[in-house]
Amino acid sequence: MTMPYYASPEQLMRDRSEYARKGISRGRSVAVVTYSDGVLFIAENPSSTLHKVGELYDRIGFAAVGRYSEFESLRVAGVRLADVRGYSYNRRDVTGRVIANAYAQTLGEIFTQQTKPFEVELCVAEVGNTPDDDQLFRLTFDGSIVDEPDFVVMGGQAEAVTGHLREHFHAGMGLSDALQVGVRALSAVSPATAGAGNGGPARLTAGQLEVAVLDRRRPKRAFRRIVGSALRTLLGDEQPAPDEREAAETAVHAPSAPEPGTPPGLGDPANPDTAGGTEQTDGAGTDD
Amino acid sequence: MNESSAGRSGFPPAYLDRVGSSFTDFLATAAPDLLPGRRPVPQFPIGDLAPHGTTIVAVTYDGGVLMGGDRRATMGNLISSRDIEKVYPADSYSVIGIAGAAGIAIEMVRLYQVELEHYEKIEGLTMSLDGKANRLAAMIRGNLGAALQGLAVVPLFAGFDLDAAPGAAPGRIFSYDVTGGNYEERGYAAVGSGSLFAKNSLKKTWRNGLPADAAIRTVVEALYDAADDDSATGGPDPVRRLYPIVYRVDAEGAVRLTDAEIAAVADSIVRDRAAADRENMQREA
Repeated sequence: MTMPYYASPEQLMRDRSEYARKGISRGRSVAVVTYSDGVLFIAENPSSTLHKVGELYDRIGFAAVGRYSEFESLRVAGVRLADVRGYSYNRRDVTGRVIANAYAQTLGEIFTQQTKPFEVELCVAEVGNTPDDDQLFRLTFDGSIVDEPDFVVMGGQAEAVTGHLREHFHAGMGLSDALQVGVRALSAVSPATAGAGNGGPARLTAGQLEVAVLDRRRPKRAFRRIVGSALRTLLGDEQPAPDEREAAETAVHAPSAPEPGTPPGLGDPANPDTAGGTEQTDGAGTDD
Repeated sequence: MNESSAGRSGFPPAYLDRVGSSFTDFLATAAPDLLPGRRPVPQFPIGDLAPHGTTIVAVTYDGGVLMGGDRRATMGNLISSRDIEKVYPADSYSVIGIAGAAGIAIEMVRLYQVELEHYEKIEGLTMSLDGKANRLAAMIRGNLGAALQGLAVVPLFAGFDLDAAPGAAPGRIFSYDVTGGNYEERGYAAVGSGSLFAKNSLKKTWRNGLPADAAIRTVVEALYDAADDDSATGGPDPVRRLYPIVYRVDAEGAVRLTDAEIAAVADSIVRDRAAADRENMQREA
């Protein structure tokens, strides 16, 4: 006589949690940090096309760690929800909370009902009119949702990065300071900088990072990627008057060109473009 | 939108289906009732009951392309609006102007704007200018049934082509017909009831490679000439301070010109025409 296989619900949930947690911690970390003008996303991500950070809506951004195919389908679902809602109601009626709730429900359902949970952790960030209105939602593989102040770190050795950030983060930092603090925190635990003691690089370079901001000063679409020389300048790796054009090598269309004389990578906040996506030229009009 | 189907379970299955980056195609599966062109077509012609927008013109110039529209909407023989806006930015590098049934046209513009932005967010790239022009043609095609009952929508689309070959003019204009036919225009184009007069005006005033300020004048003057002869096109209205809406699309993106700028151009056209008319009178006398 065969005995029916039995596992207690506690055991099942524990096994699934362990499985998901292991998958997530194998990857590299992502930090989402608030700064004076909005929210800054920093991901250790050597790929320039498989993004971990993306735009959901005018004031809402998305960051994820874990299995790419899984969080990519969640990102697409978030964009669809935001666009359908904005189209059928009004653009102002799309909030980070609505999208975060849908993620929580979906992740929770997958966690309890499917054999394999999603190995992802997400952050939905919304930038408000003032720093007090900024919101960061952290969503974990089991569908729990937490509203975090100041910053969120996910994936890899998240605890070590969080500890490092807790030490050096203070509210109201400028973009450049916030980026420095965030990159140092990620670098402290990254395998890419493990050789620092033996003369290897002590900090992640622009090529190993994916950086984007939700800038509250931008009209309409606040999301913007910071790439190329704008990023190197902010990291302090390069003087802000480069004359090489290298971002042009990508076939990516630039939805907006920054006005001359504005901070690199940020464009003029008064410029009423509907831009998002990537930067076209390196340096904010400094090269012509 | 059928949000209740999401219920407690988060995203409905269609949302998690990773196929396609078109918002319109997605709506067709997730919420088809939101799409224009999916509704029952009226049984009788109702063109006179719905406000219609009129004349739109677009011209290329040395740095890109300009599009302008008058401010009148008509309903049969009535003026239903003096300050309607019929030219909209489609995305950062393109603009769309609409002539025809205003309600459907504005809904279509809204859908089109979301379509372009949606593609950009999902793909991480902007659609090519030809791709944008084709997406718009597909939308117009879906409206053919309503067009036959007097609710035609005919847009004009113009944009700055970021992929233009060096030396080629980056400003491009596309016109459409009610069946969704899509034609690239050379130099200038006009749609709407006053388009005949506007095109005749542009034929005389527009030249290849005009600088921006001269090209703005040809646009405002074409609309002035259209309003002169077409009752459904509104001229500049200094009493209410209503002037045509003009968008400029160049390498920096799409920008709406200020009312003050257009008012100055319109006033100078009116002054020049009045002076020319006075001279003619004196000669006749």
